[in-house]
Amino acid sequence: MTRRLRTGLFLAGGAGLSALFAWGFAGLPAFGDYHGVYGRLLNRDALGQTHAMSAIAAVTFDYRGFDTMGEDFILFASVLGVALLLRQVRERDVDAGQAVETSDPVRAVGAIAVPAFFLLGLFVIAHGYLTPGGGFQGGVVVAIAIVLLSIAVDYGSYAALVRKPLADLVDGLGAGAYVAVGVGGLLAGSAFLESFVSRGKIGELTSSGTIALLSWASGLEVAGATLLLASEFLEELLARRQR
Amino acid sequence: MSYLPYALAGWLFVVGLYGVVTSRNLIHLVVCVSVIQSATYVLLLAIGYVKGGTAPIFNGIALGTKAVDPVVQALTLTDVVVSVTSMALLLAIAVEVHKRTGTLDPDELREQHG
Repeated sequence: MTRRLRTGLFLAGGAGLSALFAWGFAGLPAFGDYHGVYGRLLNRDALGQTHAMSAIAAVTFDYRGFDTMGEDFILFASVLGVALLLRQVRERDVDAGQAVETSDPVRAVGAIAVPAFFLLGLFVIAHGYLTPGGGFQGGVVVAIAIVLLSIAVDYGSYAALVRKPLADLVDGLGAGAYVAVGVGGLLAGSAFLESFVSRGKIGELTSSGTIALLSWASGLEVAGATLLLASEFLEELLARRQR
Repeated sequence: MSYLPYALAGWLFVVGLYGVVTSRNLIHLVVCVSVIQSATYVLLLAIGYVKGGTAPIFNGIALGTKAVDPVVQALTLTDVVVSVTSMALLLAIAVEVHKRTGTLDPDELREQHG
């Protein structure tokens, strides 16, 4: 198929698709004119039922906790796929000693940025059910703090820290912990992923029951997964550069 | 009373698709796929918006305050994660393709493999 034919086909198809969109959107309630029932019910009842101030966290880790487990494992499987693909085709290992040039100003900024990001990430995970945030968002920030070590210290010690043990372990541990919390509900005599610890007092760090535990489990999983992704792509880049 | 956010979602989807169809570079193609995916974020958030509503986080605001739908916000979170995972996998495949064939142009790839 030539490019011209393909573009022509797209223009026809795209026009049809746009028309379908316009038709479909015209049938939706106007922007801001909300008629949903679930959102209203959750905003009314979620705080009382789950003791989580953030209704989004309550939906993610409680009402839709089972779906979030699937989401965790989608991430797990895709990171596994990336690691398999990249590790298999990598022609040689990186000579870590001279992989990344770094400098004193970068190290100075890194000395502040790494602990600051790390702490911010933990804060976001810990307060996910009180403020905007949670395991997914905080996990990424934690991972980025560790990736920054590659230029803030030197690539060799970063790679030694991350390469096999840390990222793989944290990723697997997080995914496993999520299921373990779910099974905890079963062992306590209720349903899978049903909260089995005290919901605590609203607004406190120890509130919201298993939402907090699942948020931490997801945080671990996401941090491990992001770390693994970043370090595999970084390693690939460096392996090519040294060729 | 506006349909603009829906139109934006539709436009993002179609413009991303246009990028995929006309792409000459696999990395560019992956970015276009993520543009298509961002259309779904806009659509989800637009559907759950309540006029004058605040974020559904009842920290410092009274229960019963008009707030937007938390379900679609949680779904958008899922959506973002899925988008990241698919991007990571596609980029890894692009790396492998470049290593095996020495090109990232989809058209050249077709010529090489008939």
